[in-house]
Amino acid sequence: MEEQEHPQPRYYLIWVILAVLTLAEVFYAFLDLPKVVLAVGLVIMAVWKAVMVAMYYMHLRYEPARLWIMAISPLPFAAILVLFVITEFGFLR
Amino acid sequence: MDRKPMPGMMVYNMKLGMWVFLLSEVMFFTSLIGSYVILRYAHPEHWTDPGVVLNVNLTAGNTFLLICSSVTMVKAFAAIQQGDLKGLQRWLLATILIGATFVGVQVYEYIALAGEGFVPMLDSYHAVGRGNPHEGPSLGGPLYGATFYAMTGFHGAHVTIGVLCLIFVYVRALNGAYTAEHLEGVEVIGLYWHFVDLVWILLFTIVYLI
Repeated sequence: MEEQEHPQPRYYLIWVILAVLTLAEVFYAFLDLPKVVLAVGLVIMAVWKAVMVAMYYMHLRYEPARLWIMAISPLPFAAILVLFVITEFGFLR
Repeated sequence: MDRKPMPGMMVYNMKLGMWVFLLSEVMFFTSLIGSYVILRYAHPEHWTDPGVVLNVNLTAGNTFLLICSSVTMVKAFAAIQQGDLKGLQRWLLATILIGATFVGVQVYEYIALAGEGFVPMLDSYHAVGRGNPHEGPSLGGPLYGATFYAMTGFHGAHVTIGVLCLIFVYVRALNGAYTAEHLEGVEVIGLYWHFVDLVWILLFTIVYLI
């Protein structure tokens, strides 16, 4: 028995969304807003795009739950790597 | 080799192997991005506002190209799922050409930036801003150049390797190696290619826009 086929996502619609979000990011980056507001907005849009690529182009949405869990397993470690070390940044000055 | 799901993860071995590899890549790029964030917090004076040194418009166009290549890659996979070998060949070729163009634009960008004094070296760093190669004060500091070339360079190497792998898959496709029942190679290189696109989406925001 081969892997189960799944319905094809609307690839072109996702492409349009990714393109529009990229354009929105470029415009947003040059708005006259506080740096933190800009950074948070930009990261949200970037993560949104990345999740869409993983879910629909890498077909993660249609994979078994255990592959899903494996796929997100490095994210807590990634967060630890960045967040815990960033508290030490004062020593780098 | 077939697509029989194996007990455990419920996917076939080749796909599981690629996913495990990609997870190690997540940690690799996280270490790069994490280092970048830490250095930037510690030494904000080394960085400039977006668009002052780096060419955001050029790279936004390049980002769009990579997004397009993800569509062509997924269409290649969809084509062979339907048993359309010609479609697979056509979409793979498009993906290769777009990927190679991305690398070409990045090389052009590097040459232009180096010409404007934006280099990763401490002694010779003298970024003066876009379109102003000989005059003006130095902008930012060498950490800006070092982190920029480290992050975009490693990503560019991944794209280059991806293009080479795609050429290999394309040649096999020309020889009729793939069918609707045997498309593992196409799916696995597709996973790698989309991951490279995903990483660039994050790098573009972090390096060029923030």
